[in-house]
Amino acid sequence: MTEKIAIELRDISKAYGPEGNQEYALRNATLNVVQGEVLMLMGPSGSGKTTLLSIMGCILKPTSGSLSVAGRDISGLSQQALSKIRLDNIGYIFQEYNLFPTLNVLENVMVALDLRGYSRSQARETAMATLTDVGLDDKAAVKPATMSGGQKQRLAIARALAGSPKVILADEPTAALDSVNGQQVMDLMHSLAKRGDRAVVVVTHDPRTVDFADRIVTIEDGQLYPQPHNGAKAPERKS
Amino acid sequence: MIATIACQNLFHDKLRLVVTLTGIVFSVVLITIQVGLFLGFTITISSVIDHSGADVWVTSPGVKNFDIALPLKESKYYDTLSVPGVASASKFITQFANWKRPDGGQESIQIVGFEPAKGMGGPWGMVVGSTDLLDLRDGIIPDQLYVDKLGVPRQGEVVEINDKRARVVGFTRGIRSFTTSPFVFASLDTAWRVSNLKPGEFTYILVKADKGVSPEALRDAIRANVQDVDAYTTPEFSWKTQQYWMFNTGAGAGILIAAFLGMVVGTVIVAQTLYATTLDHISEFATLKAMGAPNSYIYSILLAQASLSAVLGYGFGIAISIMVSRFSDFSATAIVIPPLLAGGMFFLTLFMCIGSALISIRKVMTLDPILVFKGR
Repeated sequence: MTEKIAIELRDISKAYGPEGNQEYALRNATLNVVQGEVLMLMGPSGSGKTTLLSIMGCILKPTSGSLSVAGRDISGLSQQALSKIRLDNIGYIFQEYNLFPTLNVLENVMVALDLRGYSRSQARETAMATLTDVGLDDKAAVKPATMSGGQKQRLAIARALAGSPKVILADEPTAALDSVNGQQVMDLMHSLAKRGDRAVVVVTHDPRTVDFADRIVTIEDGQLYPQPHNGAKAPERKS
Repeated sequence: MIATIACQNLFHDKLRLVVTLTGIVFSVVLITIQVGLFLGFTITISSVIDHSGADVWVTSPGVKNFDIALPLKESKYYDTLSVPGVASASKFITQFANWKRPDGGQESIQIVGFEPAKGMGGPWGMVVGSTDLLDLRDGIIPDQLYVDKLGVPRQGEVVEINDKRARVVGFTRGIRSFTTSPFVFASLDTAWRVSNLKPGEFTYILVKADKGVSPEALRDAIRANVQDVDAYTTPEFSWKTQQYWMFNTGAGAGILIAAFLGMVVGTVIVAQTLYATTLDHISEFATLKAMGAPNSYIYSILLAQASLSAVLGYGFGIAISIMVSRFSDFSATAIVIPPLLAGGMFFLTLFMCIGSALISIRKVMTLDPILVFKGR
C-alpha cells in the first residue's frame, strides 16, 4: 500500500538576524511525514524543534527550501492563503494548552468548527462527539480553569481534532503533566492518529513518550538526525 | 461564536467591564446633557418670540436680539397698521427692571408688556390665575420656577417693580429666561407704569397677517412702507436672537466645546480599556490566528466587543441623561433631550466605541501567531 505523504520538507533552512550575520535555527532539513504515523521530534532546548514545528504548521516561513502540506506546495503563498491551509489541514496542541479561558469546554471545541464554517447546531453536535472521544463529554459546560492539567490537554486535543485535520502538530504536550496524565494524553493521541489516519508530529524532550512514536527524529543545532527505529537511543555525535 | 466570544471576553473581567462602561456612560451623559443644555438654552432664548402668535416682528433699526431692544415711536405703529396685508398689530414691551421682594431683597427681572385683548405676545402655560386678571391696574404674572428667587410664593403677593407697586395675579409654569432675569408678564399699561419707558413708547410691534398673505410677503411690505424700522418673520427673529446669544456671546460655543471634550474623554477611556482587554486576550487571538482564523474573524470579535460595550454604555448613559432632563423640568435650566438627540447619541456612541476598537484591531493585525509557541 502506498503511504500518503502529509508533510514534505525539502532542504528547509531558517535563519534569523541581519544578512551577513545570520544564525541558522534550521539547516537543510529534509523530512516526510506520512498519514497515520506518530513522529517524534526530540532534541535539547534551542535545537530548532519549535522552529521546525512552526514551519511545518505554516506559521513560520522558511528562509530557503520547499514545503508541501497535504500535497500542496505552500512556498510563496500569502499569509491569507497560509491561514486557509492551516485551517483546512492542521490541528495544534500546545504545551500551555492555549485554551480560551472565558469559554466553556464545549465552546472551546466549537470555535474550531465555527472557523471551518460549521453551523451552530452542527458545531455543537460535532464538538460533543469529539468531547466524547476524549472522555470529556461530562465536562462540556465547565470552564477550563476548573479542570486538571490532563483534562485541559485532552480538551486541547479535542479542539485540535475538531474538523478532522490531516495533520496534528503538538508542542511539548506532556511537559506540564505528571507521568500518569502524560501517558494518558500520549495514548489518546496515538489512538486518534491511527483511527483517523492522521499524521501526528510531537515535539518533545520527554523520554516517557517515546514508546508511542512510530518514528523518532532527533534535532540538534538545527540539523535532523533520523533514528533507525522506534525507541532507539540517539547515536553519539561529535560535538 | 463571534458574539459568544465577544460577550465572554467582556463579562469575564467584571471590573474592567465596569471601567469600560463607566467611560462610555460618562461620555454619553456628558455629551447628551451638554447638547440638551444647548437645545434647552436655544429654545429658552426665543421662547417668548416663538409663543407670541405673531407673524412678523417690527423692531427699531439694528436690534440684534429680543432682550436688548430700543424704543419705537408711536407713529411706527400706525404706519405698520396701514401696510396692506396687516390684519392686526399689537404694541409690545420688554424691559429689564428692578424687583423688590416682599422681604426687601432685590432682583433683576424682564418685564414683558403686551395687549391682552389682541392675543399676541402673552404668557402661556398658566397654572394659577388668568391673563384676564392683567386688566387690573397693577397685575403681573411671573413663572412658578422663580417663586423662590422672586419671593412670591402665592397669588396676591404685593411687590415693587422699579419702586412701583405690582400684584401677582397668576403664575405660569415653564417660561424660563436665558438671562438671569425672569420674565414677568403684564398688560401694556402696567408695563408702561413700572418700566422706564415714556408713556406711548414700546419696543416691538407684533403683526398678524391677513388671510392668504404670507409672513414673508408681509415682512417685505412693511420694510418697503415703514421707514426706519426692521421687520422679521417670527422664525427669523427667533433665529436672530438664538444666534446672538449662543454664538456671538460664546455661550453656545462653550457648551458645544464641553460636549466635544466629553466625546474625546469618553473615546480615550473606551480605547484604553478595550485595548487593555485585547492585550489580556492576546494569546487567545494568537491561538485563533495559528488555528487559521482569518483576520476578519478576529476583527469581528473586537468590533462585537466594542458594539456590545456601546449598547450597554448607551443604555445606562441615556437613562441617566433622561432622568437628569426630567429633574430639570423643576429648575430654571432646561435640558431638552428630543428623540433625535437620543437616537443620534446611540450612533455617536457606536461610532466612538468602534473608533476606539481600531487601536486594538491595529494591534491584532500585526500579531504574529508564532507567539503561541512557548519560548519564541
